[in-house]
Amino acid sequence: MSDLEAFRAEIRAWIEANCPAEMRAPVQGEDDVCWGGRNFVFKNAAQKAWLDACVAKGYTVADWPKAYGGAGLTAPEAKIWREECARAGARPPLSSFGIWMLGPALLKFGTEEQKVHYLGQIARGEVRWCQGYSEPGSGSDLVSLQTFGEDKGDHWVVNGQKIWTSYADKADWIFCLVRTDKANTYQGISFLLFDMTTPGVTTKPIKLISGSSPFCETFFDNVVVPKAQIVGQLNRGWDVAKYLLGHEREMISGAGDGGQTSAIGSVLKRNGLDDPMLRAELAQFDIDALSFAAMGEKFLDEIKVGKAHPAQPNMMKYAGTELNKRRHELLMTAGGSTALEWDSEETRGGAPSRAWLRTKANSIEGGTSEVMLNVVAKRILELPGA
Amino acid sequence: MPLYYTEDQAMLADSVTGFMADEGGIKKQLRHWRDIGCKDGFGHALWKQFAEMGLTGMLAAEEDGGLAMGHVEAGIVLAEIGRNLTPSPFLTTAVMGVTALSGASADLRGRWLPGVIAGESVLAVAVDEGAKHRPERIACRAERAGNGFRLTGKKDFVVQGASADALIVAARTSGSDSDADGVTLFAVPRDAAGITHHSVRLVDSAMASHVTLDGVELDGDCVIGDVDGGRALLGKVLSAGRIGAAAEQTGVAAGAFGMTTTYLKTRKQFGKLIGEFQALQHRAAHLYSEIEIAEAVVLKAQQLLDGGSERAELMVSAAKAKAARVCNLAVREGVQMHGGVGMTDEYDIGLYMKRERALTEFMGDANYHAERVAQLSGY
Repeated sequence: MSDLEAFRAEIRAWIEANCPAEMRAPVQGEDDVCWGGRNFVFKNAAQKAWLDACVAKGYTVADWPKAYGGAGLTAPEAKIWREECARAGARPPLSSFGIWMLGPALLKFGTEEQKVHYLGQIARGEVRWCQGYSEPGSGSDLVSLQTFGEDKGDHWVVNGQKIWTSYADKADWIFCLVRTDKANTYQGISFLLFDMTTPGVTTKPIKLISGSSPFCETFFDNVVVPKAQIVGQLNRGWDVAKYLLGHEREMISGAGDGGQTSAIGSVLKRNGLDDPMLRAELAQFDIDALSFAAMGEKFLDEIKVGKAHPAQPNMMKYAGTELNKRRHELLMTAGGSTALEWDSEETRGGAPSRAWLRTKANSIEGGTSEVMLNVVAKRILELPGA
Repeated sequence: MPLYYTEDQAMLADSVTGFMADEGGIKKQLRHWRDIGCKDGFGHALWKQFAEMGLTGMLAAEEDGGLAMGHVEAGIVLAEIGRNLTPSPFLTTAVMGVTALSGASADLRGRWLPGVIAGESVLAVAVDEGAKHRPERIACRAERAGNGFRLTGKKDFVVQGASADALIVAARTSGSDSDADGVTLFAVPRDAAGITHHSVRLVDSAMASHVTLDGVELDGDCVIGDVDGGRALLGKVLSAGRIGAAAEQTGVAAGAFGMTTTYLKTRKQFGKLIGEFQALQHRAAHLYSEIEIAEAVVLKAQQLLDGGSERAELMVSAAKAKAARVCNLAVREGVQMHGGVGMTDEYDIGLYMKRERALTEFMGDANYHAERVAQLSGY
């Protein structure tokens, strides 16, 4: 234990010395997040300084091996890193689908060359990734996807359309599910990587009910993808896709995300409210929030040592997203008519209502709650015919 | 500290799981004692076996002959008690009683702990006054008399009170009913003059007493800890009881759920196993999720309590409330999904429903603990 305590002291001192004060203020909205990538514009010098400091130590991906840009921390060390960041209020130095989704898939399925190349870029925040999964006709039934890659010897020519591609208009590269065998449903999909500036790739943002456009339609018109840019085996991309979905669902669940799972009862005092029914509802919510936060901690601890059921991320996503939707319903109620304001200064441009509307996607994106329950019934409970 | 069992805890869980399934099973214990109308509602022979397994002294200090374990370990035992609906004095005696005595003098510990650890003595906790758990208000009086005290008042929902060798009684030695200070804990021997038990059988077949203390004269050495300063120790006893009951509730929930999923995989209607119906699959999957979450928050609260964290009280109340709601859902879904047979005494699922009700009420229901969560969170 003394080794870990020494490590904790070291991390605490390092954060103290390297995390600028601006990076310890709570994240207020999307534009406070550092996504990295070729075209990313830092909001201020502090954001860049914090990223640079973490990149130098491998702390953007603390538990990845050093050879791939991480800090090589063990599970208990990585937990201490997270705890100390939370304690200091330090923002994540870098957020990206590369870290949360593609990285874990590459660590498991990538070649050594791919790991060194792509993981390093992700760890340093040099390349921003997006995810090409859903198609207009393939939502919950993802495996029916039709985007096709025609074999042209040393490359594929990809044609088709993706939808709900988060930040496709801002991303540098895409990890994409492409059908490479029309005769096989599950074993006819390959997991390809390609540059979003490749000729034939176009994106079109979709305006959502929240008024913002985090999602895009993405079109592929004779896009050339070299054969080296496949992860895993030809036609076995579904294995990679499913593994990655586990990590995506883990991310969306909010496990380990203090903000998304924290108790909110204190808004009552902040808003000067005196409503006994709302207070009771908030207390019930806080019980669920505190409980889910414990579940998130347990899940992350267990997953590091292989104790978690492989299908557990589905349960986490279901519970976490339903909780988050409830959270924002209550925040809207507590906010009253102020929370209805759509573009006032006081609400920072309608932040409460836009955030509330955004959460409605939580239980749809990455697999609907209903699909999550199907998976739990089948893979964990082993119910018949599920 | 990771939020899963250590190797030692996992080994304990393995051995307790086997022991409780073999010796504490529903047919062998709960139904047996219920059907013969046992006045204790539990078996003393099993309590002896608890002692042989080293379970009775888990929470006692090593110097008192105990194992100095924590609430995580006690919770492991309680979850298995819950899963098997095993009637036993473990929670009231080995968890709450021992916690109370941890604040007692060496003499008093020497008087009661050896019997408890040997599985020969049983303790009961007399806190509640009235039908709801409201320990902030203690009206039962203890007045100075001679070398000691004279206790007068009524206590309710004293589980296994009439079977206990001693009652741990929270009484008021000064101040008014709702004062935080002025509370003292006493270890009242069963043969003290002036105690009457009106013993009643509860819905879950456990026995509980309405206790009347009518000028019960006690020596000063029956006082546990400080006179007038018992509130903190009482708080520890209540926390131990609450997290213990919550752990037992997760076991009840898991037991009922296991029974229900087994039924979904065997019962056929419309030419199909009923577990093939998505309407039932989704409800089962939701329940699975809720039970996992309840187990997580219970373990978190146990760890915080064992670590002496200042957040422990908040998490104990969150855990008790969450476990209560989830356990309630588990038994309601269990009976409903069993259909008609779920209403029969022959099937065990109804026994889970009865136990859930009693455990929820014990040491504060979900509403009581929701109120505490709000207060402890400052709103």
